[in-house]
Amino acid sequence: MTDTLAPQPPRGFRRLRAALGLRPAGPHYAFYRHKLPVRLSHWLNALCLAVLLMSGLNIFNAHPALYWGNSSDFERPLVMLGAMANADGEVVRGITQLGQTQIDTTGLLGASKQGDQLVSRGFPAWATLPAFNWLAMARNWHFAFAWILVINALGFYLYGLFSRHFQRDLLPTPAEISHLPQEIVDHARLKFPHGEKARHYNALQKLAYCFVIFILGPLVVLTGLTMSPTMDAAYPILPWMFGGRQSARTIHFICAFSFFGFFIVHIAMVILSGTWNNIRSMITGCYVIDRSGDD
Amino acid sequence: MTEQTRRNFVTRALAGASTLFLSGCYDLSQQAWFTGILAKVEGLTHVAQHMLAGPQALAPEYTKADIDPVFRANGTRDPGTPEYAAHVAGGFSDWRVTVSGLVEHPLSLSIADIRKLPARTQITRHDCVEGWSAIGEWKGPPLAVILAAATPKANARYVVFYCADPMTEEGDPDHKYYESLEISEALHPQTILAYQLNGAPLGVEHGAPVRVRAERQLGYKQPKYVERIELVESYADINGGKGGYWEDLGYNWYGGI
Repeated sequence: MTDTLAPQPPRGFRRLRAALGLRPAGPHYAFYRHKLPVRLSHWLNALCLAVLLMSGLNIFNAHPALYWGNSSDFERPLVMLGAMANADGEVVRGITQLGQTQIDTTGLLGASKQGDQLVSRGFPAWATLPAFNWLAMARNWHFAFAWILVINALGFYLYGLFSRHFQRDLLPTPAEISHLPQEIVDHARLKFPHGEKARHYNALQKLAYCFVIFILGPLVVLTGLTMSPTMDAAYPILPWMFGGRQSARTIHFICAFSFFGFFIVHIAMVILSGTWNNIRSMITGCYVIDRSGDD
Repeated sequence: MTEQTRRNFVTRALAGASTLFLSGCYDLSQQAWFTGILAKVEGLTHVAQHMLAGPQALAPEYTKADIDPVFRANGTRDPGTPEYAAHVAGGFSDWRVTVSGLVEHPLSLSIADIRKLPARTQITRHDCVEGWSAIGEWKGPPLAVILAAATPKANARYVVFYCADPMTEEGDPDHKYYESLEISEALHPQTILAYQLNGAPLGVEHGAPVRVRAERQLGYKQPKYVERIELVESYADINGGKGGYWEDLGYNWYGGI
């Protein structure tokens, strides 16, 4: 093999190049990683989740507290974002109440700046859609993009099943499961698979995607529907299943932040494991495998 | 680029992207063509939920043990007008609920008349559009009983409720609360004209002497202090033309979600 005889650039340079996902100087090849339906549904999903999260936070601001059960026990919320005012009625502090514990979250939760003034509001203006509290419009955005999300998800499920994308690429094999502890250690050390191993998702990736696609997705939709009184009349199993409408609202909120957590880790992994190669593969489908480490 | 400037650049890029995204969305929220699309989605939700729930599916009912000790009032706490105060002082003995519009037999019912009608008692969950819920036991005649007595004409499509609570601080008489339900929802078995909450006559904060309970709808679709019921073919000519006080301010007419 002549490849192994070719002069190799310094190790640090190779690692940087791999991290950015630039086309390697050494032996490599490109392959078609993400099919068009996957790419389309991925970006549509990204847009929907951004709109749904931010409009959801605006809706939440109309009553920034969470409860457990069927109804709201206003004396005992699980979580409550509130504000404290001084004797003149000016908002001076934002408070996050978790059970019986109160945390000062001025500027972020409970009270934040609107223009130059500190005002009482659950989540800050930069995190909500629309930026100021506008429940009617936030609901319109939320429900419209919920429809798009659900239709997109159903299309993706059908595609994933019939193209065998799920079975082939996403479901972890028993052998992969048994390597899971090692993979967790590798991920924690930011050691990612290279070469041929990067052709396929690793077990941790597969489990993360399966969790989001098959658990978090359906859960966020079902808990969302449980908040609708007409849906509860049509399917009384919905509120029963989640322990009541307020519990469903709380679970819906936890799901939303799980999606946000997934998003943060997803972006971190995209950046750390070859930014451009990853982004390009989700736009054009083309993913480059670096073979220089395979010898 | 030093580490510091790079970090500043990334932060500014993120904040800039978020601002662009938000101001784009805000601009869209002001565009008639876009809010028109959103309004069409409301219609889609309405049709889909009607297909799933049908006209008869009942909202979940609860047990006495589930009743909240304090039922939080939604909307107006007290209409605050001299006329209403006089009704409270007189025990609502002069209060009338009229039924008019597209009916064969217009009605004018006193509270005593309403109390004589066959009543339904239901322990149900009230869901406010803001997100909170409360459980209470309501009693009153099904609206279907009253509407049957009035006999709606064939072209009656909506039931409009006119209320005694003014929605401006000045108490502008032209700006009172109103709401509308489509006739199928008005005829639903759990849609009642409630005069009792948790075994006691309705308090002022809960809409005395009568309020609508439409248990498959959000709280704002269940008007309080009901004075007049009108059956219409369209609500386009009433007040802001959107079918209700909050609807005229941009809330969805369909309040099942």
